[in-house]
Amino acid sequence: MITTDIKLSKCQIDEIVKICASFNNQSGELINILHKTQGHFGYLPKEVQEVIARQLDIPVSKVYGVVTFYSFFTMKPKGKHPISVCMGTACYVRGAEDVVEELKKQLNIKVGEATPDGKFSLDTLRCVGACGLAPVMTIGEKVYGHVDASKVKEMLDTFE
Amino acid sequence: MSYKMHILVCGGTGCQASNSQGIIANLKEELTNKNLENEVQVIATGCFGFCEQGPIVKIMPDNTFYTQVKPGDSEEIVNEHIIKGRKVNRLLYRDPENKERVSDSKHMDFYKKQLRIALRNCGLIDPENIEEYIARDGYAALAKCVSEMTPEEVINEVKFSGLRGRGGGGFPTGLKWELTRKYKADQKFVVCNADEGDPGAFMDRSIMEGDPHSVIEAMAICGYSIGADKGLIYIRAEYPLAIQRLQTAIKQAEEYGLLGKNILGSGFNFTLEFRYGAGAFVCGEETALIHSMEGHRGEPTTKPPFPAESGYLNLPTNVNNVETYANIPVIMNKGANWFNKIGTEKSKGTKVFALAGKINNVGLIEVPMGTTLKEVIYEIGGGIKNGKKFKAVQTGGPSGGCLTEKHLNVPIDYDNLLASGSMMGSGGMIVMDEDDCMVAVAKFYLDFTVEESCGKCTPCRVGNKRLYETLDLITNGKATMDDLNRLKNLGQVIKDTALCGLGQTSPNPILSTIDNFYDEYTAHIRDHKCPAGKCKALLNYVIDPQLCIGCTLCVRNCLSNAITGIRKEPHTIDPEKCIKCGVCLTKCKFNAISIQ
Amino acid sequence: MEQKVKIQIDNHMVEVPKGTTILKAAQEIGIHIPTLCYMNLEDMCITNLPASCRMCVVEVEGRRNLAPACATPCDNGMRVKTSSLRVLNARKYVLELILSDHPTDCLICAKSGNCDLQNLAKRLKIREVLFKGEQSNYILETSPSIIRDMDKCIYCRRCEMMCNDVQTVGALAAVNRGFSSIIAPAFNQALSESECTYCGQCVAVCPVGALTENDHTNRLLEDLADPTKTVIVQTAPAVRAALGEEFGLKPGTSVTGKMVAALRELGFDKVFDTDFAADLTIMEEGTELLGRLTKFMEGDKNVSMPILTSCCPAWVNFFEYYFPDMLDIPSTARSPQQMFGSIAKSWWAEKMGIKREDLVVVSIMPCLAKKYECSRDEFKVNGDPDVNYSLSTRELVSLIKRANIDFNRLPDEDFDNPMGESTGAGVIFGTSGGVMEAALRTAYELYTGNVLENVNFENVRGLQGIKKATVNLNSFELKIGIAHGLGNARKLLNEIREGKSEFHAIEIMACPGGCIGGGGQPLHHGNSELLKARSQSLYHEDASKPLRKSHQNPFIIKLYEEYLGRPMSDKAHHLLHTCYFCKNSEIQEQ
Repeated sequence: MITTDIKLSKCQIDEIVKICASFNNQSGELINILHKTQGHFGYLPKEVQEVIARQLDIPVSKVYGVVTFYSFFTMKPKGKHPISVCMGTACYVRGAEDVVEELKKQLNIKVGEATPDGKFSLDTLRCVGACGLAPVMTIGEKVYGHVDASKVKEMLDTFE
Repeated sequence: MSYKMHILVCGGTGCQASNSQGIIANLKEELTNKNLENEVQVIATGCFGFCEQGPIVKIMPDNTFYTQVKPGDSEEIVNEHIIKGRKVNRLLYRDPENKERVSDSKHMDFYKKQLRIALRNCGLIDPENIEEYIARDGYAALAKCVSEMTPEEVINEVKFSGLRGRGGGGFPTGLKWELTRKYKADQKFVVCNADEGDPGAFMDRSIMEGDPHSVIEAMAICGYSIGADKGLIYIRAEYPLAIQRLQTAIKQAEEYGLLGKNILGSGFNFTLEFRYGAGAFVCGEETALIHSMEGHRGEPTTKPPFPAESGYLNLPTNVNNVETYANIPVIMNKGANWFNKIGTEKSKGTKVFALAGKINNVGLIEVPMGTTLKEVIYEIGGGIKNGKKFKAVQTGGPSGGCLTEKHLNVPIDYDNLLASGSMMGSGGMIVMDEDDCMVAVAKFYLDFTVEESCGKCTPCRVGNKRLYETLDLITNGKATMDDLNRLKNLGQVIKDTALCGLGQTSPNPILSTIDNFYDEYTAHIRDHKCPAGKCKALLNYVIDPQLCIGCTLCVRNCLSNAITGIRKEPHTIDPEKCIKCGVCLTKCKFNAISIQ
Repeated sequence: MEQKVKIQIDNHMVEVPKGTTILKAAQEIGIHIPTLCYMNLEDMCITNLPASCRMCVVEVEGRRNLAPACATPCDNGMRVKTSSLRVLNARKYVLELILSDHPTDCLICAKSGNCDLQNLAKRLKIREVLFKGEQSNYILETSPSIIRDMDKCIYCRRCEMMCNDVQTVGALAAVNRGFSSIIAPAFNQALSESECTYCGQCVAVCPVGALTENDHTNRLLEDLADPTKTVIVQTAPAVRAALGEEFGLKPGTSVTGKMVAALRELGFDKVFDTDFAADLTIMEEGTELLGRLTKFMEGDKNVSMPILTSCCPAWVNFFEYYFPDMLDIPSTARSPQQMFGSIAKSWWAEKMGIKREDLVVVSIMPCLAKKYECSRDEFKVNGDPDVNYSLSTRELVSLIKRANIDFNRLPDEDFDNPMGESTGAGVIFGTSGGVMEAALRTAYELYTGNVLENVNFENVRGLQGIKKATVNLNSFELKIGIAHGLGNARKLLNEIREGKSEFHAIEIMACPGGCIGGGGQPLHHGNSELLKARSQSLYHEDASKPLRKSHQNPFIIKLYEEYLGRPMSDKAHHLLHTCYFCKNSEIQEQ
C-alpha cells in the first residue's frame, strides 16, 4: 500500500467539499481541484482522493490515475524544508547530478523521499528558468544558484 | 505624476533568485531617504535576457546598464548616479575582449546581433502596468483587427507573414487558424500552450513574466479570427510569477474593456481562463494538453482528428504556444510585409533561444532566423566558458539533437536544423565543451524521456526504456558493437512508429550523437574508455611510479583498501577494488595519481 | 449520398465509404493486418481504439512516419503498403519490445493457445527477443472470481475500456506513467476492496494472460475422485450455446446433449440443468411481480416500482455498490444458480437421503461473478455453501480435453430428473431479453387466465443496449425495459432514481449480450458475430421444446406440490429469496 491510513476530520472533509464546490463539482476541473487540495493539505493521501471522487461523481480509480500521472502531485507528505534540485540540461552540464548524489548521501534518502524526522525531502525538477545560475536548487521557496556539491553539508546545517 | 528618471530592475526568475527583490527594496528605501520617491520610479521588469550578468539594473533615460548588482549597491547607485549623475563604474559591464567598461547595452556583443520582436517589451516595461504596454502600441493590433478587418483578413495577414509555430513543430500559424475557422461549431476555443517543459528552456516563462499583455492581446486576435469567444491558458503550476502577472494583466485588460463583452464596441466577446499543468512534459503535445485540460491523464491521441476539428470538449480548438502569440500583435501592427522580410525563405521572423551550458553569456536571446550557430555561440554567447574547446550544441531539448563544429555555419531555421539531425524545438540551446561525454548526454536526455513518457504506446513505453538501458550498458563499458547497431535500428523504429511527437523524436539525441560522435561510442564499447572522462565506471585511477614516493597518505585515505605498497616505495591501485571515489587523487601531494 | 474514396493497398485498388479506416479497407480485400490493442464489437458499439500497441502500422506514401491502420481513415488516392520491409521490420521490433517486458512462460500460462500475443509471436516468427532489460514485477492478485497477473499486461487498455466505458464500474484505471504504467484499481488495492462487480468483462477481452478466472478444475477433480461424496452439476443455459466453439463446431451449434454426455463421462453423479431453476425463478419472480403490480395498481404507496430482475450476480454487486438507496427495488428472488443449490441441498437431498455434508453441488456457468456469488454468506447453511463452487464454460472445456473425451463423437444424452427438466422459457435466460420474455409468458397466463398463443416476444430480442416493449394484460399496459451491459443498466437506474422511469419491470444483465457474452465464455476475440450465433442457438432450442412456459414444467409443479406449497410461501421465501446489502463503505459510514 502506498499511503499510510489516516482519518480525515469533519472539517478537513468540509474543506475538500468546499474546494470541489468552488469548481461546481465538475469532473473536468479535476486537475485544478487536485492543485487546490494539495495546496491545502500539502499532499494527496488516499482518503482525500476518495472524497474528491465522491464529490465529482467519478471512480476513485480515475482520480488515482490522474494523481499518479502528474509528477507535481504527491501522495507522500513533503519535508519541512522541501529540497528540489533542477535537472534541466543547463544544470546537468554544470554538475547538478553531483549535487543530487551529495544530497542523497547527506540526507540518506532517495529522490522522492523525506527524511524520517520529516525535516527534509528531496526531489528533482525540470527547469527553474535560472539557467544563468546553474546548477540551481530550491529549498522551500528560495532559489540557490551556483550550488557546489562540496558545500551541500554546510548548507543543510543552517536549517533548523 | 511624471518621473524624471526610472530605475528598471530585472524581476525575472533568475535575477529574483539572486535577490533582485532586495535591490528594489533598498533602492526604494534609499530614494525615500533622499526624498526622491516622487522623481525617480523603481520598476520591476521582465527578463533582460543577460542572465549571466544578473541581476541587471538599468537607469533610464540615460540607458545605463548595470550588471551583477547586489542589494548593498543600492546606496551607491542612488548617491552617485541618481544624485550626482556619475555612473558607478565598477557595476558596468566589462567587455571580455578589451576589458573596457560599457554602459549602453547596445554596444555589448550580447545584444548587438539580437532582434527583439517577441521579447520587444521584456525588460522595458512594468509587466504589471497595462498603461506601459499600451504606451508601446499595446492593444493597437486588437483594435485594428476588430474594427477595421474581417476575420479572414486577419488570417490572411498571419498567413502572409509566414509565421510558423514556435513550440517546435513549425506548423504555419495562419494555416492552423484558417483550419479552425473552417469548422462550424457553436463554441470554439483559443488555447495558449504555456506548459514549457524542455529541461533548460525558459523563453515562454520570460515572455509571460515580462510582457503578459502581448499574449493576451494575441489570443483575443486569434479568437476574433477563428470565431472563438473563450481562451484558455494552459500553464505550468511551477510558474507562480508568470501566473500572477498574467492574472494581473487579465484583470487590467478587463477593466480597460479589452477583454470581456463587446470589446471596443465591436460586438466581439472574449474571456480568458487558466488551466494548470501538473508536471508532465508530454502535455506539450497538443492532444495530450487538451486531455489534461479536460481533467484527464495527459495522454495524446492519434491525429486525425486534429484539434482544429475536435479539440477541447470535442470542439474546434486552436493551440499555439506563448512565443507564437507574442509575435502576433507586432505582425498586425507593422504588417505581414514587414515581418516576412525578416528571416530565411521558409522561416520568417525571429526565434528566442535560452542559451545555456558551457558558454560565457548565459541568457535569453532573440535572433532573426538565418543567424548562424557560430554567431550565436561566439558573438552573442561570448564563446566557451573557461577557454575550453567547443564540442557540441544541443537544440530542441529531448526531441532535438547535438550539432557540432561542422554545423557552426548553418543558418538557423526550421528546415536546416531538421536536415542537420536536430530540430528547432521550443528554443533550448545548450552548449557543451570538451569535458562533456556525448554518450552521457544522450543518456541524460533518454532518462528524461523515459521519465516523461506517458506510457501509452509500446515504442515509447518500452522502446525508450530499452534505449536507455543500452546506453547505460555503454557508459558502463558492458556493451558490444551489436548493441550499438541495435540502438540505432531501434531508434529508427521508434521514430517511425511512436504515437506522438514526444516518442517520434525521443531517439534524436541518440541518433544525432551516433552520427556525429561515433568514435566516442566505439571508445566506450571497444576500449572501455570515456574520452571526456565523465563516465565513472570507465575511469581508472593509476599511480605514476616515477612520481610516487611511498608516503602512504593515499593508502590511509582509501575507502576501499584498493591501494597497496611498501612504505617509501611506489604504490599501486587495484582497479578491481577501486570504487573511483577520487579521494586519493585529492590527497596526493605529489601529483602521482591520475585518471586514465 | 455516401461519399466514396478510392485507395491503393499493396497492389489492389479498393473503393470504400469516406471515413473507413485502412484496417477495414484492407480486410475487405482479404489483407489481414495484425492488430493487438484494437477491438471492435460492431453491433454493440463497443470499440477499443487507443491506437497504442502500434502492431498495425502501415506505410502511407508521402507520410513521414508509419501510420496505425486501425485509426487512420482512408483518403482519396492514398497509397498504402502493408507488408514492405520497413513495415515488417517495424512490426517485428514493436512485438519484440512487448515481449521484452512479458514473461515467456507460455507453456504454463492459463492463456496458452488462446493468447493474441502468442499468436502474433508465432505469425511474425519471433525466435529471439533481442532486447533485454527490466521487466515489470507485480504481485499476483487472486480474488474470488478473477486473477490479476499484471506482469503479463501489455497495456492494451481493453479491460479499462470495458470496466469504464461499457460497464461504468470504474474499478480499473490506468495508473502511473511511462514504463510503470499499469491498469489497476485505485491505490493498487485488491479487486475485492474496489468497486469490482466481478462481471469478468475485463477477463473476456484481455488478449493475454494478465486477467484470468480463478480456476476450480483441480478442486472438482479431487471431489469427483472422492467416493464419500455425491457430486452433482448444474449447467447454465448460455454454456451449451458456446461450448461447441472450443471443439471446432460452427458458432451457434447447440451441444446440449453432448455436454450432458461429457459431464457424465467426467464422473458427475447427476447432471442437472440450471434451466430447471430458471423455470423456478420465473414462478417466484413472476409471482412477486404480479403481487407488486396488483398492489401498485390498487394505489399502495409502499410498493416501489419498477421491479428489477436479480438473476445476475454482477448486476447485484453493481446496485449494492452504486445504488444502495434503492435496495428495495430488485426482486428478492435468488438467482437460478442459488435456487438450484438451495433446492438440491434440501428437497432433492432429503428425497435421496444424502447428507448435506456429503453432497457437492457444482455449477458450470458462463460467468465469473457466479464464483463470487457461491461464496456469499446468505447462501450458506452453517457455513456450507448451497453451491460449493462454480466453473466457467472455459474451465469445462479444459476439463473435457484433459479427460481425453472426444467431444464431437459423444452421443446426445438427456439431463437427469427431476432437476434436469426445463421449458423453453428457462433456456432463453441465457440471452438478453430472455428472462423478461420467460416472465411474460407466465405472468400473462397467470394474470389474465387466458392462454398465450404466440409465445415469441420479438421486440425484447436482439443486441441493442436498451430495449423497450409494452405488453397488454387485460387492457393494462405493462411497460418493460431491458438492459444489458452495466452502463446501460446505470442509465435505467438513474431514471428510476430521478423518478422518471416509465417501466413496471426491467431485466438487467451485466454482460453485453446477456450471459451468452459472459465473462466465463469462450473468448470472442472481438467477433460480435459469435454472440449473435449463440443467441440464435438458444432461441432455436426454445422453439424446439414441447413446453415453453415455466409454469408448465411438470417437475416444478411437483416441487411446489411436494415441498414448497406455492410461490412466495414461507418455505419458498426461506429457500429461494434473499436480501441485499450496501457495499459502498463510504456511504455505510455516513
